[in-house]
Amino acid sequence: MSAEELDDVAAPAASGSAAPSGAGADVAAAVSVRDLRVEVAGTRLDIVDGVSFDIPPGEVLGLVGESGSGKTTVGLCLLGHVRRGATIAGGSVIVGSRDILQLDALSLRRLRGRTVSYVPQDPAASLNPALRIGAQLLEVLTVHGVGDDRPARTERVREAMREVALPDDDAFLRRYPHQLSGGQQQRVGLAMAFVCRPRVIVLDEPTTGLDVTTQAHVLQTVRELTQIHGAAALYVSHDLAVVASLADRVAVMYAGRLVEQGPAAALFEDAGHPYTRRLLAAVPDLRQPRALEGIPGRAPSPGHRPSGCSFAPRCLLAIDECTAAVPDEVVLGPVHSARCIRTDVVRRSARVASMPASGTPLVDAAPVLAASGLRIRYGPVEVVHDIDLQLAPRECLAVVGESGSGKTTLARTIAGLHSTRDGELTLDGTPLAPSSRGRSREERRRVQYVFQNPYGSLNPRLTVGDSVRRPLRLLSVDDAEARRRVSAILERVSLDGSYARRYPDQLSGGERQRVAIARALVCEPEVLICDEVTSALDVSVQAAVVDLLAELQRDLGLSMLFVTHNLPLVRAIAHRVAVMQQGRIVETGPVAKVVDEPQAEYTRRLLEDTPQIEAATD
Amino acid sequence: MSNEAVESATVSTVAGTVAHLGTPRGGLLRSALRMWRTRIGLLCAGVVILVAIVGPLIAPHDPSEFVAAPYAPRGDGLLFGADHLGQDVLSRFLHGGRSILILSVLSTVLGVGGGVLVGLVSAYARNALDDVLMRSMDVVLAFPQLMLALVAMATVGPKGWLIVLTVGLTTLPRVARVIRGAAVPVVERDFVGASETLAEPRLRILAVDVLPNVTGPLVVETTLRLTYAVGLVASLAFLGFAANPNAADWGLMIQENASALTVQPWGTLLPVIAIAVLTVGTGLIGDGLARASSGIDRGRADG
Repeated sequence: MSAEELDDVAAPAASGSAAPSGAGADVAAAVSVRDLRVEVAGTRLDIVDGVSFDIPPGEVLGLVGESGSGKTTVGLCLLGHVRRGATIAGGSVIVGSRDILQLDALSLRRLRGRTVSYVPQDPAASLNPALRIGAQLLEVLTVHGVGDDRPARTERVREAMREVALPDDDAFLRRYPHQLSGGQQQRVGLAMAFVCRPRVIVLDEPTTGLDVTTQAHVLQTVRELTQIHGAAALYVSHDLAVVASLADRVAVMYAGRLVEQGPAAALFEDAGHPYTRRLLAAVPDLRQPRALEGIPGRAPSPGHRPSGCSFAPRCLLAIDECTAAVPDEVVLGPVHSARCIRTDVVRRSARVASMPASGTPLVDAAPVLAASGLRIRYGPVEVVHDIDLQLAPRECLAVVGESGSGKTTLARTIAGLHSTRDGELTLDGTPLAPSSRGRSREERRRVQYVFQNPYGSLNPRLTVGDSVRRPLRLLSVDDAEARRRVSAILERVSLDGSYARRYPDQLSGGERQRVAIARALVCEPEVLICDEVTSALDVSVQAAVVDLLAELQRDLGLSMLFVTHNLPLVRAIAHRVAVMQQGRIVETGPVAKVVDEPQAEYTRRLLEDTPQIEAATD
Repeated sequence: MSNEAVESATVSTVAGTVAHLGTPRGGLLRSALRMWRTRIGLLCAGVVILVAIVGPLIAPHDPSEFVAAPYAPRGDGLLFGADHLGQDVLSRFLHGGRSILILSVLSTVLGVGGGVLVGLVSAYARNALDDVLMRSMDVVLAFPQLMLALVAMATVGPKGWLIVLTVGLTTLPRVARVIRGAAVPVVERDFVGASETLAEPRLRILAVDVLPNVTGPLVVETTLRLTYAVGLVASLAFLGFAANPNAADWGLMIQENASALTVQPWGTLLPVIAIAVLTVGTGLIGDGLARASSGIDRGRADG
């Protein structure tokens, strides 16, 4: 296309001034998506179907969905891109006056980064490790011919750095990506996305790997920049709390379709689609303890989607008509609509908040597990200092901290996986050897460990049954008894007997984590160490797993050490919490007390920065 | 931390979905067999192996029987003429494959077996033992394979067991390197940690948790090493170090008849072709397996 036409697309929405608010916002949407359909290449199977939304300049639309819902696919379509194996089969993405989906390769290349820009999930992977960050930012401007000469571009780069609250001096611009922290890398990613003053910016879970404090700062920056430059932002995320604290409007995706969209406050307060309601019920609440409800079943993958409403098979309110046809959008309020034929029933159903299932700890009894003066080293470097910790029988103690706080190291040391330590660690008063190999059979049986990532903690070459059975070697039970116990424990974690013959790659993430829990529980331990067991899972699956753990903890009388970075989750499951910072415990106490009246400065900051659904409805 | 976890979860779901729709699942061998290179490789290697096995049964003459004048051309009932002593080339060719195949298979078994053990132990130990093992492997790797074998032959004399030993032991470090490389990321996976917390015997962890997860590279490496072993055993025979200098042997035949290549080419050509077809065949199989295993690894949900 000609340079003139390019300018038509590429003209910055507003150079520095705020977006026109209110009137005209609907008329002149910065980006307008209509009936977008993405298929698996060469088939008629839909990955994404019938997705329509507008984003006015200066607004943030939060696109929420669980893994496999198609939210990232929609985000990439705004750049005219689909990943390999998929094709855009229909619909339009209008930016300015042009349909991005009709552009040729050259025009697309000019458009990307200039008119529509992208901030990927993992900043470390998106920056070229061999180029200085200044050079990478400059390259964006040079490629798109922004700025008259080099000094002008350099000045623009400095401006972009200031906008994302990074130093703009030469020394900093000459750094390589690996010399920056994760938060700084993501800020550079934001600077790169904003440096050409795009009209539309797609953010694909940019804060997923960041600590809450860093996340809060990055979110603040996103909010400011979109408003200042009048850019329309699509914020793709699985985290409802993050979206609630950032987005003006929210769209919920399920199985490739938008099931509900509306203003953030209206959507979170008065959701019209049962899936939205169930998702909200699955999100842990920092302010009040509440049992988490998972959503049974799993989201259908492309090719296995039912006719009619995709959510119907998992919906408690489904009736026969639900499966007849894909529901039309029902208008619920100003720019608030849901694809459900029973919105009236859904909106009348009250949000029930039941209490968590965890039992009563025997706080007066002698601690089952105790650490005193525990110091842990990696080589010569001490990473965990002077830990004193008691775990009462039947108690769930949460260890909370950001990455690098030493919480996982502490958990691994207790399990005997990391053995360079000083200080005392006792089980029922008897000192435990540093390494699991130095411990007795009985000691090993009594302390079991569930790993963070269910995709790595099961041997892909062993069937579920064989994996779960391995700890039984500690008990020397005979074959029939072992089989009986394996199927009993699988049943206990709600997996039927047929799972014993399956391999891990035939299971979903939530099922895998259930298997890992079954493996840890099969020889009836007393202490269960859970290391970030839900951080790799979707929120609805996380809710189900946490609910299961709370139930098992109560019914089996387990003492549990629950390591997590997720404070709201602590409220749902733990009795007491220990907050770790840089290898030390800075505060410990009953959950309610620590959350409501934090004593340590660090705890207070952590609580402030934790995103909350209530942020949208306040 | 959770970043990687969430990402890998997302990626795997996506990859899993696409793989599920794109290619039907199957084992390593089955997906390798879908490729033409593997099929051709199997055909090539199969024909040569068949010749080596059933050859002695269908040979028209005894391999050491004098049937014509030295270097007699084709004709007179001799399909490929006679060799430097007047023995039937075809019969010697049909008899000469067994020794080379047996020796190279045995030395590959020795080299791969030892290499797997050293590689797995090294990867799992991650301490001084790892360094000691791998540095001593490096020492062996510093010498050309053929040179070490020649030194051993020249010292002890050409014995069958010595050929197997030298070829096997010089193959070992090469396999060990590959297997260690493949096993290091497996050892760091959490399911190994899970076995650690139970304090399972180390050998059991290697056998149950680590070895089955490096079978892809292992199979590929085995076919590659077999290819090299065939070449090496043939080279040794060509250089005069055959287990039995009077017996029919492809390597030996090349050496014996090479000087008359212009007059009676068959005595040299037949074994050369057989060895070439065999090595190309095993090479193609290895290539097919390598492609299949990388394809499987890409589609698998645990990367």
